[in-house]
Amino acid sequence: MAHSVRRDAPELPDFSLLKRLARDQLIYLLEQLPGRKDLFIEADLMSPLDRIANVTTLKQHDVDKLYKVEHKPIVSTSDQMVRGCFLYPLTNWFLFPDVVNADKYYVILSVYFDISYSYFDVTTDEWSFYLLPLDDDIISLELPEFFRDYFLEGDQRWVRTAGSALHLLHSVYGPFSKVYGIGRCSKMAYESWREQVEEGEQRARQAEIGNVFLIDRDVDLVTPLCSQVVYEGLVDDIFRIKCGCVEFCPDVTSSDKSIKVMLNSQDKVFNEIRNEHFSQVFGFLSQKARNLQTAYDKRSGMNIKQMKTFVSEELKGLKQEHRLLSLHIGASESMMKKKTKQDFQELLKTEHSLLEGFEIRECISYIEEHINRQVSMVESMRLLCLLSLTENGLLPKDYRSLKAQFLQSYGIEHLLTFSNLKQLGLLVEQQPGETLTVMESRVGKLVNDKTAGKLTDAFSSLAKKSNFRALGRRLNLVPKSDEEYDLRVPRDMAYIFSGAYIPLSCKLIEQVLERDGWTGLEEVTRMLNGHEFAVTAGSNGSDARVKTDSQRIILVMFLGGCTFSEISALRFLGREKGIKFIVVTTAITNSARLLESMLDNHA
Amino acid sequence: MMRGKPDEDDYWNSSKFKAFTFDDEDDDFTRLKESKRAVNSIRSLVEEEDEEDDVEKVSWSGEPVGSISWSVKETESSIRSTGEVRDQSFPKIHTAPSLPKNSSGYSLSSLFKAFGDPSIRNYAPELRKPKSEYKDYVSDWTPEETVKRMQQGKVYSLEKFRSLQDKLLLLDEAVNAHDGNVITAVLIYLKKSLSKEILFRELITREIALRHYIHYLKEIGEQKLLVELFKSMDRTEDMALMQYRDHLNVRDENKRRDFLKNCLSFPFSPDDATHVQDHYTLLERQIIIEANDKQVESSGQADIFKKYPRKASILNMPIITTLYYSCFYHYGESDGTFSSPANIRKTFRISDKQFLLTCLGARAKLKAWFDVDALFTTKNWLGYTKKRSPIGFHRIVDILQKNNAPVQVLQDYVNLVEDVEQKISLAQKYKCHDVIINTYRDLKDRQQLIVYRGKVEKGSSEYRKIEEILSNSQLRWKN
Repeated sequence: MAHSVRRDAPELPDFSLLKRLARDQLIYLLEQLPGRKDLFIEADLMSPLDRIANVTTLKQHDVDKLYKVEHKPIVSTSDQMVRGCFLYPLTNWFLFPDVVNADKYYVILSVYFDISYSYFDVTTDEWSFYLLPLDDDIISLELPEFFRDYFLEGDQRWVRTAGSALHLLHSVYGPFSKVYGIGRCSKMAYESWREQVEEGEQRARQAEIGNVFLIDRDVDLVTPLCSQVVYEGLVDDIFRIKCGCVEFCPDVTSSDKSIKVMLNSQDKVFNEIRNEHFSQVFGFLSQKARNLQTAYDKRSGMNIKQMKTFVSEELKGLKQEHRLLSLHIGASESMMKKKTKQDFQELLKTEHSLLEGFEIRECISYIEEHINRQVSMVESMRLLCLLSLTENGLLPKDYRSLKAQFLQSYGIEHLLTFSNLKQLGLLVEQQPGETLTVMESRVGKLVNDKTAGKLTDAFSSLAKKSNFRALGRRLNLVPKSDEEYDLRVPRDMAYIFSGAYIPLSCKLIEQVLERDGWTGLEEVTRMLNGHEFAVTAGSNGSDARVKTDSQRIILVMFLGGCTFSEISALRFLGREKGIKFIVVTTAITNSARLLESMLDNHA
Repeated sequence: MMRGKPDEDDYWNSSKFKAFTFDDEDDDFTRLKESKRAVNSIRSLVEEEDEEDDVEKVSWSGEPVGSISWSVKETESSIRSTGEVRDQSFPKIHTAPSLPKNSSGYSLSSLFKAFGDPSIRNYAPELRKPKSEYKDYVSDWTPEETVKRMQQGKVYSLEKFRSLQDKLLLLDEAVNAHDGNVITAVLIYLKKSLSKEILFRELITREIALRHYIHYLKEIGEQKLLVELFKSMDRTEDMALMQYRDHLNVRDENKRRDFLKNCLSFPFSPDDATHVQDHYTLLERQIIIEANDKQVESSGQADIFKKYPRKASILNMPIITTLYYSCFYHYGESDGTFSSPANIRKTFRISDKQFLLTCLGARAKLKAWFDVDALFTTKNWLGYTKKRSPIGFHRIVDILQKNNAPVQVLQDYVNLVEDVEQKISLAQKYKCHDVIINTYRDLKDRQQLIVYRGKVEKGSSEYRKIEEILSNSQLRWKN
């Protein structure tokens, strides 16, 4: 909208290439089973597949019918034989310990058998489809399970996948000249990538992306737990964007059916409001509506010739805009209604108080009442986790009482959920008798001592202290609340949270890029439990100094998911600094997805 | 953060947050409505030109025509309409989820088991590598080489790692490679080839491998082994929770109750032990209440069930839902019965605040305003009655309003709100004219009263009341 864009901002690389690569490989694999065949697809794979291929393409390569693999009998159209390809995410690979080739995300099974099973032939291939470009600047690995698998269960099964994704990006858009990172998983993914680079051959080419930043989700768990108030984030919180696509309910479309809409930069209206604070969206939409009205009104005084030109040149664009505009107005209206109903204002106030660390007792009673009234379980849990993360754990007395009330309201089986939250460090009890500093220094020692690497793991739950207050002070994450914050002209990334909080993840990225490394941030990294690194790719030292366009394109990879709000914050930062960010994430996440992955209340 | 405690309202009216409000009457919302009207008025203009040219073609379900999801649905519906008779003669895939976790987890083996009758034939095929890959097969790869080959998807063999020392070297190498899949593959081999005592002992000092092993056992559902593992490592609380988790798999309520009873002896932390005890007691009572109420409901004896038929069974509902249920259907029963609110309150140590909130919700839903009144009424030692509440009356008003309480009821509670400004704003929101008029009169605020007169309907009883007050010469106005 009103942002001044630095004119020299570099162009983004073309990521549709990644789609083409995946599609070509899929077609190649399909053709390994010659002749007409059916394609059986796992439900979760349908949306991603839709993004890279369509039915026409598949039909051209002899795919007859498409099926979803589910609890239903398979009926083939060819009478006696079943010939088909099955596409599966390779999550349960270990049932076939022989297929350990783990960085391949999908298996494709070519199956050929007659119905009496007298003939049966199966071959497997792997389809390496692990990067799905969701937009010009967002690439997703579509691995929502990453967060739980790695951070809760401690399973590193996706580490090599992350490394391979980096490897692919590096070989297509690299070579990258600098890599910064923080977090254990980031370090491992970097290692895995480095190994793969060393194994493979290297080609010298012009780099399109200069620098890379890797960050573990557990470096900053506060940000994804905050309510999103930037348009795209809010749409995700309320309607859930899936694979870049959202289903607007009849309420929004003001008709009797839901509509699926792609939300990306192709949608001109959306593109202008996606990064805006919600309060700014109305003004924009009504201005647009007025403009549209004027454009249509022009017709009234036209003669036939002018009308003809109008219809052939302008009308199509206007109609497109009209369709989009009415959708987004409908969506805004519906979101407003939902949010006013559940006292959103008060909820935000509590969140901001938690971030600022004042009136904590009031916050606790608000949360308590939220629980007592059996309002949304995930929301209650979200507030509890925010309380724990910002306060470095709950006082034992509060923990006991809030936990008991939570179990009373939402079911005692959530004992299991509490155990998960504790394990991950999302919701913990302050350790009695031990002051924070004692523990910090102890853990600090362990972290620094390389030989104690194995031990750190055992202490990891202790080390997971969030130190949010201290970090907030050190990095100025929470602006003073007595200063004015004009959301129309945001002055920093805090605008994505109404001016109340600068997301820690994005602030770290900003600081490290500014300092070209971690120097001066020692205290910060210590509080974040270390594991930071900065690596410069050797040879072209002299070139690196030249500020080429590629140097101003930064790839940020979130291991464990990132939110639309964080993406908006990075876009803002990019505009300010004349750089472009490309976000690679294991999945787009938000507070509900993150917490739902922690639930353990069903069989 | 050290700083003064600004007044709540100041905090929110400060310019910092002013730009953002979700308030209904806010300008933005009106603006949005206007835009909507404007855009909608254009709609007719658009539609009179030619219809859908650039509008994406979508099917009835809203999926773009030609998309894969759409095509899958097409296939399904054509099967539904034509294929039903043929179903039986065709191979079935009942990919019953065989694994505890993973919503997306149809396992490959469950797929293959499903061809034909799973109980007789298991068609899990061997996944062979092409012969050419065996060409470079040698048998003396080091642990490092082996792990590398595993990562690269090449042929490898673990069988040659025979001694305990070799096996552990292999495991450590896998851990160093940071590849979870390789770690688990090695663990699967160790599980097959080592006694569990030895494996457990070695895993204690290998945290990363241990966590992979635990996750693996969870995924394949080897509950028993997992319990043994926790036991051998003295992680008794984990062990207890792991066993408790199994109650979720017990569908039958009586069996589930017995299962929970059995859980009581597990080594939970003291707090959790109380919760599990509650869980058992709760289900035990729910079973009794359910049986009784079902019978009463079907016999048609009680009016309350006729008037408000039960929508769902009370089994396995949370404690608070059970309390609500009891306040709804069993209000006024004596403490002695399991289904009475008082008994539930006592048994599960429910706080006053929680009890009040739940009870209020249930009685308000039934429009039992007399009961609502009684909840707040206390008598002091002189016999005077007074209304008290452990939560602010503005909250009470909110809850009552959400339950569609009439103005006559609402205004009683609006009147009890202590903060005058809050009282007036609530009264205005819910149109409690008497409260507003009386408050302004008590404040001797003639100006506000005149302003308010302009807002009410001319000739209405409110209007007359204001007129009456304004013309009262006894009153001393402050303005």
